[in-house]
Amino acid sequence: MAYSDKVIDHYQNPKNVGTLDKADKSVGTGLVGAPECGDVMRLQIQVDDATGIITDAKFKTFGCGSAIASSSLATEWLKGKSVDEAVKIDNMDIVEELNLPPVKIHCSVLAEDAIKAAINDYRVKNGKEALKFEESVIH
Amino acid sequence: MLKLPIYLDNNATTPMDPRVLEAMTPYFLQHFGNAASRNHSFGWQAEEAVDYAREQVAKLIGADPKEIIFTSGATEADNLAIKGVYEMYASKGNHIITAVTEHKAVLDTCKHIEKLGGEVTYLPVNNEGLIDLKELEAAMKPTTILVAIMYANNEVGTVQPIKEISAIARKHGALVFSDATQAVGKMPVDVNKDGIDLMAFTGHKMYGPKGVGALYVRRKNPRVKVTAQMDGGGHERGMRSGTLNVPGIVGFGKACELCMLDMEADTKRVIKLRDRLETALLLLEEAYVNGSREHRLPHVANISFKHVEGEGLMMGFNKNIALSSGSACTSASLEPSYVLKALGLGDDLAHSSLRFGLSRFTTEEEIDYTVKAISETVIKLREMSPLWEMYKEGIDLNTIEWAHH
Repeated sequence: MAYSDKVIDHYQNPKNVGTLDKADKSVGTGLVGAPECGDVMRLQIQVDDATGIITDAKFKTFGCGSAIASSSLATEWLKGKSVDEAVKIDNMDIVEELNLPPVKIHCSVLAEDAIKAAINDYRVKNGKEALKFEESVIH
Repeated sequence: MLKLPIYLDNNATTPMDPRVLEAMTPYFLQHFGNAASRNHSFGWQAEEAVDYAREQVAKLIGADPKEIIFTSGATEADNLAIKGVYEMYASKGNHIITAVTEHKAVLDTCKHIEKLGGEVTYLPVNNEGLIDLKELEAAMKPTTILVAIMYANNEVGTVQPIKEISAIARKHGALVFSDATQAVGKMPVDVNKDGIDLMAFTGHKMYGPKGVGALYVRRKNPRVKVTAQMDGGGHERGMRSGTLNVPGIVGFGKACELCMLDMEADTKRVIKLRDRLETALLLLEEAYVNGSREHRLPHVANISFKHVEGEGLMMGFNKNIALSSGSACTSASLEPSYVLKALGLGDDLAHSSLRFGLSRFTTEEEIDYTVKAISETVIKLREMSPLWEMYKEGIDLNTIEWAHH
């Protein structure tokens, strides 16, 4: 199976690899997946409390090229968005942007889950209620 | 000069030796006859070529030429052996013993036998991939007609103690079948010394052409018979009908002859290269050899690089290096290799594995290039791996509650 050029580009030049201080109140961390399943994503957002805008996003991913590309793309999309806008990122947008084949759709689902987990972590840390999301399709 | 891409997936298939192709060419255009045509020179030539190849094949495994049944490959030979014995010896019993690390061609054939009402015991393996002889002995029953254990495993290269296995089977009056696809041509295999009654192997894993293989069927002590699985002209002593693939068989024969001729030199070279590769890659932190290092094919290494995922790892160099991984990220099931899991590897380590299969054409330059490319990619991906970060921080990954999906 050949990867799309966009997946290859994200794999070779991943954007925003790194770690934010998860103890920081303005940082939300989402850790999803499992080593046994062959992919684990950790996605972090830094939020400006005053504006609710995501000022920074970082990821680290254990997984195939599509998983790495999905999380790299997610961090790019997150930066500059408000938390409310970020919630709306849909896994199918990632599938479309990266031309993921059907067997790799779960990588995009994982990225969407990671975004939501990071947002909820941020919300809970700041005294807000965690948002409830529908169960992902593939889980 | 290093030529890219480098091919290190020789357990999947080998390139053909040019000497094999040379032997085959006349049998496509000039000597195209049907080996079963008895009344003209075209047929005679083809038959003569097949007879010669049969001798070459038999010689490599210490068999008599009459004991070689040509097939389309090892999968067909596996099917013919297991189903053929099950049908032929139905009056004697219906129990077959095999192992969990067998190739799918054996495992799925055994599942088929179960559907037909047969009984199959799947022996587990230890962390090196070896079956326990005591468990084999304990599994033997009066109804056991066949013990089907592979000679060497395709994923980790573990070589089973076939001699000991066949001694136990014989003591209990059962036949011994071995899928020796990965072993024949790579290490000395002798059906008599090893006590094998039926054995499957194929041309394309030993520098021969694809689409041609053989089933060895013992003719003496005991005389073994299998029920044909394909009806037709009664070729191959009635056990496998179908016009013989003459050019393929000629190539297979030549490949066997070359393996026999070059085995000692090839083995020495390939072990040196494999060890060079392994030693260099094990310098990386948290890198582990899977399977047995002692009882192993000379050209195989299976290594896990903890905290990086195999498919992601291969993507770092698969334009230039051809390998395979025990990670099954591409499969719909997301299940990693059942062989590695049977060895007791956690799914995480199974997902992190690469399988190296060297060949007689592998060079030192290729190995050095591979070591460099893999080491760099492992280091790069670990920088990107949350698991590696946690490991480095001293967090026990088993204490984390993962969201399984």
